[in-house]
Amino acid sequence: MAPILEVKGLKKEFKGFALKNISFTLERGYIMGFIGPNGAGKSTTIKLIMNLLKRDGGEIKVFGLDNIKHEKEIKNRIGFVFDENYFYEELTVAEMKRVIAPLYKNWDDGAFNRYLKKFSLPPDKKIKELSKGMKMKFSLAVALSHNAELLIMDEPTSGLDPIIRSELLDILTSVIQDENKGVFFSTHITSDLDKIADYITFINDGRIIFSCPKDDIFEKYALVRGPKEILNTSIRQYFVGIKENRFGFEGLVKDKHQLNKMFKDGIVIDKPSLDDIMLYFTRRVQNV
Amino acid sequence: MLGNIILTKLFLVYILYINTNMLIYRSDRPGMNIVISNSSQEPIYEQIARQIKNMIMRGELREGDMLPSIRSLAKELQISVITTKRAYQELENDGYIVTVQGKGSFVAAQNKELLREMRLKIVEEKLAEAVDAAKTIELTLEEMQEMLRILYEEV
Repeated sequence: MAPILEVKGLKKEFKGFALKNISFTLERGYIMGFIGPNGAGKSTTIKLIMNLLKRDGGEIKVFGLDNIKHEKEIKNRIGFVFDENYFYEELTVAEMKRVIAPLYKNWDDGAFNRYLKKFSLPPDKKIKELSKGMKMKFSLAVALSHNAELLIMDEPTSGLDPIIRSELLDILTSVIQDENKGVFFSTHITSDLDKIADYITFINDGRIIFSCPKDDIFEKYALVRGPKEILNTSIRQYFVGIKENRFGFEGLVKDKHQLNKMFKDGIVIDKPSLDDIMLYFTRRVQNV
Repeated sequence: MLGNIILTKLFLVYILYINTNMLIYRSDRPGMNIVISNSSQEPIYEQIARQIKNMIMRGELREGDMLPSIRSLAKELQISVITTKRAYQELENDGYIVTVQGKGSFVAAQNKELLREMRLKIVEEKLAEAVDAAKTIELTLEEMQEMLRILYEEV
């Protein structure tokens, strides 16, 4: 079966910023986290997938179909959550639903009402009266209520408290239970991804740094701390980045299996978080 | 004719009943605890594989028992599907479980000799630990044997 989402050699140029040759693939039944610092190109990539921006080159296939040629069909099968509010502020939750529902072939009122309850969303409140977290929950409810096969979400967890975030993660893992759906979401709250994501795609400055199973990342990279004296030019090569302070250093190594060869003792090896990895990759230029 | 159809239907319902019961009983058995640590140096897939292996060795999981699906296990533990898949792959490679496409993963028939061998190894390791501890307080072999005899008869 065709991958649920396939991006190949995607290009987009703006003044002062460009997406260069973005490629990654998501198979059905998995969750992919899309991470990178602000301004790395996450939202641009998502907008290009949703055909909200015109691409300059490359290919985007959703459900094996070109995202521009088959835009309408594809969008019927995608649940989309955007980090900005794109609803009519003056309408109530229930009124807004009546506007959106007819746009989808497979709208499920029962599911929508269940999510309203679950998220404690008052149907008669105006969109503009909802808090940021509530607005996010409303767009989630909409995205989850038309039997979408692919969920695409731009920063869905930002603005949500830890309790709702954990509920959302639970919903996402439920979505992929039937092995037929996929979830693609961007975020910079990487602790959420540390838990549930199957794949991580890391973008920085318009380029993909890596796109691979999350477990591979944690198997390869390690966070090392130790005294500064043991750092020499040949050892520095193994590091993605090094931070030095008055009492020692901390650095990220690409291949932790080489550590034994590099150092005898005197160092501490830790499991990096995705945050650590993101941090060292984006600071790379200044450090090593 | 009609009777036959009804009988067949009843039979099917019965089969379904047995199957669902088995599923509930076997994959949600109370003894099946898997506890993972995120801060451990041991990869999560190894933690899972090790704990399931132990359950099989201790006889808490028996031949033919069904394991939870990789997706439901991932969901419950809030970890990646790839991690649970890898844990099951490991168990399969070591001959502890078999996976039947479209049916699920089951505890494989265990070689009795091998199981006994493994348990012997565990006993040996524990005893070695005890000997180590005994030597630090200069306990004699006779004193240890006496202690062991009392414990053996008590339990």
